Amino acid sequence: MPVSITLTVNGRPAALTVEPNTLLVDAIRQHLSLTGTHVGCDTSQCGACVVHLDGVSVKSCTTLAVQADGRNVTTIEGLAAPDGTLHPMQAAFKEHHGLQCGFCTPGMVMSAVDLARVNPNATPEEIRHWLEGNICRCTGYHNIVKAVESGLQAMKTGAAAQAAE
Amino acid sequence: MYTFSYQKPSSVADAVATLTGDDDAKVVAGGMTLIPTLKQRLAQPSALVDLGSVPGLTGIRRDGDALVIGAMTTHATVAADATVRSALPALAALAGGIGDPAVRHRGTCGGSVANADPAADYPAAVVGLGGTVITDRREIAGDDFFTGLFETALEPGEIITALRFPIPKRAGYAKFRNPASRYAVVGVMVAETAAGIRVAVTGAGASVFRVAAMEQALGGTFSPAALDGIRIEADDLNTDLHASAEYRAHLVTVMARRAVEAAS
Repeated sequence: MPVSITLTVNGRPAALTVEPNTLLVDAIRQHLSLTGTHVGCDTSQCGACVVHLDGVSVKSCTTLAVQADGRNVTTIEGLAAPDGTLHPMQAAFKEHHGLQCGFCTPGMVMSAVDLARVNPNATPEEIRHWLEGNICRCTGYHNIVKAVESGLQAMKTGAAAQAAE
Repeated sequence: MYTFSYQKPSSVADAVATLTGDDDAKVVAGGMTLIPTLKQRLAQPSALVDLGSVPGLTGIRRDGDALVIGAMTTHATVAADATVRSALPALAALAGGIGDPAVRHRGTCGGSVANADPAADYPAAVVGLGGTVITDRREIAGDDFFTGLFETALEPGEIITALRFPIPKRAGYAKFRNPASRYAVVGVMVAETAAGIRVAVTGAGASVFRVAAMEQALGGTFSPAALDGIRIEADDLNTDLHASAEYRAHLVTVMARRAVEAAS
């Protein structure tokens, strides 16, 4: 039997009617037409589907939409400023060519942004460990790690600049 | 996934009542095993009873000489918790080595223990630390909890509410992890507790087991060298595409030595 749920997606309220077996990623992609979040393996290994649930990275292919009822969801579409200015982590991926085909990139960026919450001074080795659940089949890890390192720095600088204002 | 109905009980009693009234209803905690199982149509529950909104099932507290961890506490929370890191660093390390960050943000200690995957990490903690599984109706000693492959002493409709771990004098956990899944090919928890040495092995057999010969040897001298020459029989161990039974038997001693080295 369908269930009514209410989410806050990228800061906006969203009321949905979903089947209990609807995955969060399908609610995001099909019900809300936010197709930036990707489905890669569909087995919670590759991380292309990573979104933030109440500010914490989760695999939306292994979360039911009903489990997100009443909670905040941030997808890759929610990172850039309304005027299109890229989030510092997105800008770092662009600057350091941290993507090749780009399929894994939304999940990589969402995981990397969450790393700033947990370990803003992560070393390259710690970044690699953090990204264990994000697979890039172009194998572009070297530049991804460089991008994350730079993005973490930029997020700190941005936060410091905001605090100074 | 097959279709199922969704229940969001607001108390443990409500959850138990739903499960008792419907033999085909299943509990979902973090869902890190159950949802993949449903996606493969390996299970067909009539209803999912989601413990996510039940108050009182999360959190970590020190209770005398023990840590009590709510069943719905995530692996990420256990790994980062200051109390766990200082009182039982081996448990923090174990929780921090499960899956990947996004999985640790959803997966729960109660769910892991209830599922009793032969390659899961938590069973080694529950048995190796002499822990206790607390349910809605009773307390079950860790030694009596895991009864076989994906089998536990839980009755139908019984819900784990917390785990209790006595704080050991020292403990260490080491695992040889599958590089793709991060499940334990073999994981060993070694602990020096008030009641003596405990050595518990996960990943190697159908269910977690203790190794009496290692416990005896470490009771003499708590050092990696004390385990030299102790070999585990491969007869009852798992063979799969990741490792043969013989290789797992070898790894048990190697991981036990590393766990002793890591013990603090």
